[in-house]
Amino acid sequence: MTAISRRNFIKTSGTATLGLWFGISLLDGCVAKKSIPGANNFTPYILVDSDNNITIYNIKPELGQGTFQSIPSLIAEEFEVTLDQVKILNSNGEKAFGPHQSAGGSSSVRGSYNELRKVGASAKEMLLTAAAAKWGVNVSDCYAEGGKVFHKPSNKSFTYGELIEEASKLDVPKDPKLKDPKHFKMLGKSMPRPDVPLKVGGRAVYGIDAEVPGMLYASVQRCPVIGGTLKSFDAGEAMKVPGVVKVVKAERKVGKYSYIGVAVVANSFWAALKARKLLKIDWDTNGFETFNSTDYEKKLRSLGNEDGVIDKQIGSVGNFTASPSNTIEAFYETPVVAHSTMEPMNCTVRANGDNLEIWASTQVSSSVTGERDGNLPALTGFKPEKVTFHEGFVGGGFGRRLYLDFMVEAVNIAKQIDKPVKVIWSREDTTQFGPFRPMTFSKLKGSVSNDGKLISFEHKVISPSLHDSSNKNFDKTKVDGSMVEGIGSQDYEIPNLKTSYVWADYHVPVCAWRSVTSSTLAFAHECFIDELAHKARKDPMDFRMELLTQPSDTKRILEKLREFSNWNTPLPEGKGRGMAQWLFFAGLCAQVVEVSYGQNKIKIDKVYAVIDLGTVVNPDNVKNQVEGAIIMALTAATKPGITLAEGKVQQANFDTAPVLRINETPPEINVLILAEGGEKIKGVGEPGLPPFAPALGNAIFAATGKRIRKLPVDITSI
Amino acid sequence: MATYNLTVNEKSYTIDAEPDMPLLWAIRDFVGLKGTKFGCGMALCGACTVHLDGSPTRSCQIPLSVLRPEQKITTIEGISKDVDHVIQKAWIANQVPQCGYCQSGQIMSAVALLASNPNPSDEDIDAYMSGNICRCGTYPRIRKAIHAAAKMTTVEG
Repeated sequence: MTAISRRNFIKTSGTATLGLWFGISLLDGCVAKKSIPGANNFTPYILVDSDNNITIYNIKPELGQGTFQSIPSLIAEEFEVTLDQVKILNSNGEKAFGPHQSAGGSSSVRGSYNELRKVGASAKEMLLTAAAAKWGVNVSDCYAEGGKVFHKPSNKSFTYGELIEEASKLDVPKDPKLKDPKHFKMLGKSMPRPDVPLKVGGRAVYGIDAEVPGMLYASVQRCPVIGGTLKSFDAGEAMKVPGVVKVVKAERKVGKYSYIGVAVVANSFWAALKARKLLKIDWDTNGFETFNSTDYEKKLRSLGNEDGVIDKQIGSVGNFTASPSNTIEAFYETPVVAHSTMEPMNCTVRANGDNLEIWASTQVSSSVTGERDGNLPALTGFKPEKVTFHEGFVGGGFGRRLYLDFMVEAVNIAKQIDKPVKVIWSREDTTQFGPFRPMTFSKLKGSVSNDGKLISFEHKVISPSLHDSSNKNFDKTKVDGSMVEGIGSQDYEIPNLKTSYVWADYHVPVCAWRSVTSSTLAFAHECFIDELAHKARKDPMDFRMELLTQPSDTKRILEKLREFSNWNTPLPEGKGRGMAQWLFFAGLCAQVVEVSYGQNKIKIDKVYAVIDLGTVVNPDNVKNQVEGAIIMALTAATKPGITLAEGKVQQANFDTAPVLRINETPPEINVLILAEGGEKIKGVGEPGLPPFAPALGNAIFAATGKRIRKLPVDITSI
Repeated sequence: MATYNLTVNEKSYTIDAEPDMPLLWAIRDFVGLKGTKFGCGMALCGACTVHLDGSPTRSCQIPLSVLRPEQKITTIEGISKDVDHVIQKAWIANQVPQCGYCQSGQIMSAVALLASNPNPSDEDIDAYMSGNICRCGTYPRIRKAIHAAAKMTTVEG
């Protein structure tokens, strides 16, 4: 891509029109002085040509969380165009768009809200100034609407395309005026998402749909015993399958781990898949064949007796006279789970000498083309400027596609083939080779006073470490902060609090899964708060509100939740309700689950969720996300997790690794969005997930008197 | 290797492929229509659903060798001209998809459901659609959209 300064004309390919990029180019360092304020890393976002064709780029991968609409609308609102009038393109890790072309941590909108509005606003101001000059009128008599600039008194107008020649000569306003939110035409409203008709028409292109002329297909046999290594293989029978071209070894790097697999390359995916079954491979299982989850879990339980490393201490736990009868202890267990994105892992690569071209679905486009050590070029020995990436719509991320492992493997295969290669993982491959969400076990202890006030709370986490899995130099003497997320930072005013971490060695690769460690820790933490409420003979909502005497976000949303869920209205016999809330890096959400109990079966009748955003871009999209997060949490709470026996993952396809189906979905999920302002905008993609399992666990207790401390729980047999 | 004549969305295609190749891969890689998706390869997820003479079928389980050339195969691209089947209109009006990967299969199943049961209850919907997995959890919207499509069909007569 040639250097583009913001004031240069560019010729759009194939036509005689001129175009203007709004934004700065990081390729041309001297332009940085006149960058659009607040938009240093947000580069050419808006393209306008002289025919008034407008393109806006979406730099946050669209995984289903709605960025294809929300991100361009931040620009479009201030730029005074509707999304119907513009073409939206997903960025592809191009250097000019900067290093934040990634979707994770529920940060796409909250991390770019004002910056992108400024990009749109400053571009609009330049067009207003250009129009005023061209007409010889005052700028204050001009306004922009629907891709045109109007002169109020005379009602004459120019399209943006007619103004770009003049606009390109102007200075970028340093401090553009942003719209008063009461004048928003699209932000804050449930606008239709432009990717929806594509997805409904079967026309959305995902990574797996890449079509490259002359491409071959590959299927990889990886060692079924996690941690095994390749000794030798015999491809004789495999090569006899019609269509098979070559069989090669290929390295896949996952965090600190490196695995070598054997790839069959053929002229159809079907041939590659068939031939793979005929490979004769000699693996060295390196002792990992003795590993099984049952024994490992016993080890985690015994590690619960170790002190571990203290993360947070408030007051002085244990240093007061709490009667043993007011003290309770509990041990909670939550499983390893897989992401199970509907689009299996895949990557298409053309490796041509020094040049690398990649097609895939990713959450981290900037990492595919970036210059840093953990980025794809460094991992595969290519120069960043020689890497071209094509991002598709992503058929499910949930954290799995934050990682480059399947791309590294595909590049390593393609380097050995003189044609483009599309690597497709089977569903079994996608389930069995990780990386996975790690299990967390929790040891909890707490006490209440005689008049039912919470005095002390201890939460010790025993688990593998995300940092350890990704980094050879993990310091085992320090707490992995990601494994104690949220347990020391809820808004509750707990006078004596202690949180600690016991690291457990685990050879299976682990990684972030939607809402990361909050997805498991919230279950232990919020169920135990409920156990203490019960000990104190207090209503769980009242018990929590007594810990929220000062104004706080949590206090505010629980008050709303009480009302929204009709908490104070007693439920009939055979029904129960439970609540939970969770505050963490991604945001804040509180839920109530109502269940019915009969014949040992729990039926979920209703879910109420209150999500605190501060500012909302697309309310309907937020509801879709919270509904989806609840359903995902219900799967994780009630369906089998990932277990190993003889070193191999026991789950494979959707029969042994099931996810929730429509007939298992609660009939009623009610979502209330709080967009009550405030400086901090909170995230949408993840917050709906952590509170669900504890709210369900607490509802089960209310309905049955049985306390669930281990997930998954079979709700058909309580 | 053998030669197969397929009728897909009312067009004829002649392809050379192995007899045991599933129709799914023939549609995606030989005919070149990508809307039909690979999700599991074992008829557990429904992402590969097409219509075979109007009947919803998991194309990952149909080897080319069992097909006859006159059998009409319809894919997501062929159920309407302009993404305007009543089911598709209801899907757009209710903003059903998230990642969208499962939605071709969901829609193909829903189209067949409405054709056989013009006014399905929630129980009918759950039973019929339970073969189509959505990891993103759009099930509440799928239910709502099927009801909406049923109403729209009644209105449109």
